[in-house]
Amino acid sequence: MKYLELTVGAALVYNFVLTRFLGICPFLGVSRQLSTAMGMSGAVVFVMTVASFCTSCIYNYLLKFTLRGKSIDLTFLQVLVFILVIAALVQVIEIVMQKATPGLYQALGIYLPLITTNCAVLGAATLNFNANRSILDATIFGCFSGIGFAIALLLFASLREKLELASPPKAFQGIPIGLITAGILAMAFVGFSGLC
Amino acid sequence: MDMDVIAGAVLLMGGAGILLGVVIALFARFFKTPSDARVDLVLELLPGANCGGCGKAGCADFARSVVSGENPPSRCPVSSVEQVNAIAMALGITAGTQGRKRAVVRCGGDTLQVADKVNYNGVADCVTASLVTGGPKGCRYGCLGLGSCVNVCPFGAIEIVNNLALVHRELCVGCGKCVDVCPRGVISLVNAEAEVHVYCNSPEKAPEKRKVCKVGCIGCRKCAKYAPDKFTIEGFLASVNYEAQVLPVREDLDNIKCPTGALLSAEEHHYIEKHNPAWEKSEK
Repeated sequence: MKYLELTVGAALVYNFVLTRFLGICPFLGVSRQLSTAMGMSGAVVFVMTVASFCTSCIYNYLLKFTLRGKSIDLTFLQVLVFILVIAALVQVIEIVMQKATPGLYQALGIYLPLITTNCAVLGAATLNFNANRSILDATIFGCFSGIGFAIALLLFASLREKLELASPPKAFQGIPIGLITAGILAMAFVGFSGLC
Repeated sequence: MDMDVIAGAVLLMGGAGILLGVVIALFARFFKTPSDARVDLVLELLPGANCGGCGKAGCADFARSVVSGENPPSRCPVSSVEQVNAIAMALGITAGTQGRKRAVVRCGGDTLQVADKVNYNGVADCVTASLVTGGPKGCRYGCLGLGSCVNVCPFGAIEIVNNLALVHRELCVGCGKCVDVCPRGVISLVNAEAEVHVYCNSPEKAPEKRKVCKVGCIGCRKCAKYAPDKFTIEGFLASVNYEAQVLPVREDLDNIKCPTGALLSAEEHHYIEKHNPAWEKSEK
C-alpha cells in the first residue's frame, strides 16, 4: 500500500504539474515539440531521481546528528543544501548532454540549466523531507514524480502539436489556447483522486 | 547560537560545495566538448553587445553561424567596417557588404505640434498607453513619446525630447529592437546614408492631419515633382525612396520648399527638437 502511494500516487494522483502545479515553466516552455519534450522529460526524471537520492542521504545523515553526546540540528540549511545539490547535478547533466547529444542540448536551450530552479525538483526533495522518508522511499518517490512530470509534459506536447494545426480565434492563438488545454488536462487528472 | 551548530553548518556547506565542485570539475574534464576554435576567435572579435540585430540569439550564436557560413560577418550591425574585415580576414572569407541601417522615427509631432486628445496619467509606456483608447496623442499614427523604444534600446541611442522619440544617429547601430517594440510602427530601419527623411507616418487625409498636427505631410507632391525618383507619394503621405540610386540630400530641401516641415534633414530635425521646438514652418 505504501509503495502504491509512492508510485501511482506520485505519478498520477498527486501529479507534480497538473495537481500540485509545480514546474509549470518547462511545462509551457518545452512542450512545443514532442521530441524536445521527450529529451526534457528524460533529463527531469534523471535529475529528480538522483536529487531525491542525494537529498535524502543528506537529511537522513547530515542535517541531524549527534556529536559528543549533543544533538546538532542543521535543518535550517535544508533549502540551501538542496539547491546546491540540484544545481551541481544539473551542471553535470549539461556537460554530459553537450557531449553526448549536442542536438538535444541545442533544442532545450535555456530550459536545461533552468531545471536548477525547477520547483518540481526542489518540491520533491522538500516533500520527502517533510514526510521523513527513508532513502529508498525517497528515491522511488523522486523517480515516479519525475515520471509524472514526464507524462504531463508528453501529453501536453502531443496536444500542442495538434493545436498547431487548429485555427482558434486570433485572441486564443499560441499560449492562451495552450493554457486552456493545460487547465482541461488538469481537470482530467482530478479523475485519479481517491485512487490511493 | 551554539558554536557546534555554526561549525557544523560551515562544514556541511563548505564540504558539500567542495565535493560537488570536484565532481563537476571531473565531469567537465572527462566529457570535455572540443569547441571550435574559430567560433571562439570570431566571438572575441565581435562587439559582444548581444543585441540580436543580426537575427541570431546573441553574439555566440552569430559567431557559430558565421563559421558555418550561414551568415557573412557583415550581418552584424554593430561592428564597424574594420571589425567586420578583421573577422573576414581571420576566417579567410569575404566580408560581404554591410548595408548599414539606422532607425528613424517618422514623426515630427512633438508636444507643441500635436495636441493630446486625452490626459493620460497611466504607466509611462507606449504599449500600455496604446491599449487605452489608442493612446493620448491627437494623431493616431504618430510617436506616443512615452519611451518604450528608449527602454529597449541596448545602445542608449534614443531620447525623448518634447514627448517625441529622437534617434541619435551617431549612437544608433540599426539593430531594430525599437522597431519591434513600437506599438505605432512609427520607427523604421532605413539606409544609414540617408540624410533626409519625411517626418510623418499618417496615411490620413490632409485636412484630418492638419486638424491635429502642424507638421504632418499633406501630400502636396512638391517633393515628388522636384525629384520623382527620390520620393514616392502614397495617398496623402510622401516618403523618401531609400532604394534610390541617389538619395536626396540637404540641398534638395531648399529647392523643394516643403510647406509643412514634414520633410527635413536629420540634422535640422535634431536641432529643432533640441533648441527650437516652437518652430513653425507653415506660418511663413
